[in-house]
Amino acid sequence: MNVRFINPFIASICNTLETMCATKVTIGKPSLKGDNDGSTDVSGVIGFSGDAAGSLVLHFSFDVASAIASKFAGCEITQDHEDFSDAIGELANMVAGAAKAQFEGLNVSISLPNVVVGKGHNVTSSKGEKRVIIPCETEVGNFMVEVGMIIKKASESRQAVAATGA
Amino acid sequence: MKIMLVDDSRTIRNIQKNVLKQLGYEDIVEAEDGVIALAKFAETSPDLCLVDWNMPNMDGITLIRKIRETNKTVPLIMCTTEAEKTRVIEAIKAGVNNYIVKPFTVESLGEKINQTLSKAGAGA
Ligand SMILES: [Mg+2]
Repeated sequence: MNVRFINPFIASICNTLETMCATKVTIGKPSLKGDNDGSTDVSGVIGFSGDAAGSLVLHFSFDVASAIASKFAGCEITQDHEDFSDAIGELANMVAGAAKAQFEGLNVSISLPNVVVGKGHNVTSSKGEKRVIIPCETEVGNFMVEVGMIIKKASESRQAVAATGA
Repeated sequence: MKIMLVDDSRTIRNIQKNVLKQLGYEDIVEAEDGVIALAKFAETSPDLCLVDWNMPNMDGITLIRKIRETNKTVPLIMCTTEAEKTRVIEAIKAGVNNYIVKPFTVESLGEKINQTLSKAGAGA
């Protein structure tokens, strides 16, 4: 994954959680996703298409998802509340939208949110591109943000290759 | 004063509703996509609409264009995670009066609604 995408996601995670959930996020060291990483209970997924393509996944345990959804909605949202998935999906939507606004020079569209709920599930990408895990720490518990992005725009790809000296 | 909230996220509509109630607006119509919004717009003639961009069935920019085909004056506010300048310009060309980028604070949402309504009132 092109590292230019990591900082926009870090900024948008912090801004979205701070603004919508009054929750401060401390970002840990991003790492490449391994085969055993990313098992969680609740995943909010957004796809990207256009000049850059890929996806964003917010990974939560049930407890942390419920705590963050409750702070977002301003009332208690347990995992069986009718708005539980809606709240997680909309947070993913905001993180994705705010991040893509910082992809300078790239015209990118986002998908509607998909939310997967189920104890200990995995979300895998069929394309096998390298994905990055960004650990996030908050006062209501920790969660992970997974990002995989590749540049599709031909002129941008050439620039990226030139910049790495390849 | 009747206000229509168009967003596929009920959580967002509830947050918007709470802000509107604090501002004293109680007459609220809700729609979860552009198709439903267009039907409810014709049915209920709202005085202001808050419109999300990314929604199933019909997105917000299409909804704005459709509303403006028949109604040039009703105040329309885009409230969306789409934050690029190109998107804001596209929305202004389509006929929005104001633009709120998600994530938003409740204060900024209230401010933009009041701002839009007072401008619309001054122009009437
Ligand atoms: Mg939406």
